Amino acid sequence: MKFTEEHEWLVVEDDHVIVGITEHAAEALGDLVFVELPEVGITVAKGDEIVVIESVKAASDITAPLDGEIIAVNDALVENPELVNQDAMGQAWFFKLKLADPGSMDELMDEDAYKELIG
Amino acid sequence: MADIKRTPLYDFHCGLGAKMVPFAGYDMPVQYPLGVMKEHIHTRTHAGLFDVSHMGQVILRPKSGDLADAVLALETLIPVDILGLGLDRQRYGFFTNDTGGILDDLMIANRGDHLFLVVNAACKDADIAHLQANIADQCDIEVITERALIALQGPASEDALVTLCPAVKDMRFMDVITADILGAPAWISRSGYTGEDGYEISVPNSKVVELANALIALDSVEPIGLGARDSLRLEGGLCLYGHDIDTTTTPAQANLRWAIQKARRAGGERAGGFPGAEVVLAEFENGAARKRVGLRPDGRAPMREGTPIFSSETDGTPIGSITSGGFGPTVGHPVSMGYVSTEHSKIGTTVYVEIRNKRMAAIISTLPFTPANFKR
Repeated sequence: MKFTEEHEWLVVEDDHVIVGITEHAAEALGDLVFVELPEVGITVAKGDEIVVIESVKAASDITAPLDGEIIAVNDALVENPELVNQDAMGQAWFFKLKLADPGSMDELMDEDAYKELIG
Repeated sequence: MADIKRTPLYDFHCGLGAKMVPFAGYDMPVQYPLGVMKEHIHTRTHAGLFDVSHMGQVILRPKSGDLADAVLALETLIPVDILGLGLDRQRYGFFTNDTGGILDDLMIANRGDHLFLVVNAACKDADIAHLQANIADQCDIEVITERALIALQGPASEDALVTLCPAVKDMRFMDVITADILGAPAWISRSGYTGEDGYEISVPNSKVVELANALIALDSVEPIGLGARDSLRLEGGLCLYGHDIDTTTTPAQANLRWAIQKARRAGGERAGGFPGAEVVLAEFENGAARKRVGLRPDGRAPMREGTPIFSSETDGTPIGSITSGGFGPTVGHPVSMGYVSTEHSKIGTTVYVEIRNKRMAAIISTLPFTPANFKR
């Protein structure tokens, strides 16, 4: 599992990665009430704001962690945004991304580095 | 932020793991570990304990000894029938300015030999200055600092508070009593700001931690933060000062006509006689140009404060804006309040709200979103 400074986690599955937000991020956001997912098939660049989430407190974005193509999204989150608070690191993945460059994963943090980031 | 204030319950909140945030000059709990959503639902289904000690508590005593003199003095600042308020009864009201705008909203209680006011935290210094500048000749104005204020809200409130104070059982909505709780005199009203049955309880600072602990020791009572307080009052269709009402909104625009009783309206025994009366009463006669309404967003995206409202998907000129909005945990969908021009304010009208450069539909809806659950 790899992590970004934007509090996303990435797990490799076959020829793509699964992306979600960390438990730490979910807790800081508070109860989620709204999720808007990107369209399947679009090409995204690292840093693009591709998911909108709203908690009881405020709206925020989830950005593309790396360059690639969205090959699947987790529609269950649209109906049940609270899944993110219940199981951020598991069931509540946001999208699957086929990386433009599989080697780009190496830029990201490992778990120890992420734990250090969030203190 | 050097001089941020704390209520007597500060350590109580921290000890329970509350997330503290600055609010109206006070360090206040926005949520506890339960989280906003569950705190909201718990209040609507059981009972929630709120620290509202940041709010201002003020006593007005007539210098003449005759309460009517204090009442008539206060009526020069507030367009509410206070003279018609019975002994140990409470009523909602607001201070107006010369243009008919709202300076603050408040609760007013008739306690026989004095009036007891509860005002918003953010406005309390200005309110007290306003009282002192205008009615100090007729009233002694006493600002209560040695008492804390808590609210217990939700359908289980009566059963919970009865364990500490049997007298609260017989109270009806907007009754006020003084009764002993934990050996100290408490000033209790059967009211609150969630749309639920419940009480607001003023007790000496030295007693409030013991009282709060005694209440949360009951299975039915959870501590509730400002986050859920906001979603509860929003579902309840209740205005938050500084957001849904302020110095630019008049009572007619804010749909608070009900709070101005007949005696203070045109043709009433004490019609007018408050700041901005001409504007306020003329709007009652002729209608206001805009109105506060409830909005039910069509989709799941919350429509939040400051977002412009349009009459169509393409029209360029806004017809109003959202003043409060978020998710309503009890109704299970987003809810908002805002102002729209009167011609678009009819219940059932579809309007469009621009979120992230997209126009999303919302339906003008009746307020409250959740039915009021008072013990009348």
